[in-house]
Amino acid sequence: MDNKLEKIVQALQEKFKTQAEEFRGEAHVFAGAGQVVDVLTFLRDQQGFELLSAMTAVDYWPQVSPRFHVIYQLTSVANNLSLMVRVPVNGDQPEVPTMTGVYAAANWREREIWDMFGVRFTGHPDPRRILMPPDWEGHPLRKDYPLGYEEPQFTFNYEEIDLRKPYSKE
Amino acid sequence: MGIEQKLGNMGVVTTTLETVVNWSRTRAMWPMLFGLACCAIEMMAAQAPNYDMSRFGMELMRASPRQSDLMIVAGRVSRKMGPVLRRLYDQMPEPKWVLAMGDCASCGGVFNNYAIFQGVDEVVPVDVYVAGCPPRPEALIHGVVTLYEKVQAMKFKDLAKG
Repeated sequence: MDNKLEKIVQALQEKFKTQAEEFRGEAHVFAGAGQVVDVLTFLRDQQGFELLSAMTAVDYWPQVSPRFHVIYQLTSVANNLSLMVRVPVNGDQPEVPTMTGVYAAANWREREIWDMFGVRFTGHPDPRRILMPPDWEGHPLRKDYPLGYEEPQFTFNYEEIDLRKPYSKE
Repeated sequence: MGIEQKLGNMGVVTTTLETVVNWSRTRAMWPMLFGLACCAIEMMAAQAPNYDMSRFGMELMRASPRQSDLMIVAGRVSRKMGPVLRRLYDQMPEPKWVLAMGDCASCGGVFNNYAIFQGVDEVVPVDVYVAGCPPRPEALIHGVVTLYEKVQAMKFKDLAKG
């Protein structure tokens, strides 16, 4: 790990009691959903991470519990540093406080994570779906979401499937 | 072999109104731009000078559905795109035709999942399906010529039935 980054990770451990991991020279800091706004505000204001370069989520179901990790990838352009903050959240309707007040770029990212994973961001100014149609049910990138596989038509089962296929007649 | 030969060079041809109308429809059929994925590249190639769809009356692609007769659905149609596709189809004036270009538009292709229509025929009625992933420009032109054969065989009495 980079020397400068190690200091920042240590500062986070002292101030917020966060856990940290290192993977191939990249630091992962685990924060709780309750403290993540404070953690990122601290990183932005005190440590110079002025850019939220990526925000995403991962569903580790069924291997890992808590199943969702909401991930903030922060970049410090001034110090040439990169830091990942992970927020593990559990349950069918997980909730994380919104980051739009800290990084404006989080707005659409949070909408996307809500759309794809069903992680609700409390206090989000515009919590609509962004990729799927507005009346869609479910969150497609969850591991337990059905793929919606349709049986392909071959010569032996052509007519059987043809009967129930929803054709548009006019 | 008909009356033209018996009458000689009088500049007169006899035919049926149906044939003339259908012939004229096939000679100025303007397709609508509806490139959704990689098939659109082949559609552009078919339009470009090497293959030159203008030879078949497809003089220009229209960006407006109100000026087009044929919708070439080139690419996979996502469930979110479905209402848009249907709306554009509804805006096209009669008579109108739809050509499903490529495997994705015809039957979903390799995208057998929740997000993609398994065939654009679930949204709009399709006249001609062109296979291929993506189909070569020759295949698209063959599909267009096949559609012309269908149009040439149209009967007025079938149109009246609605």
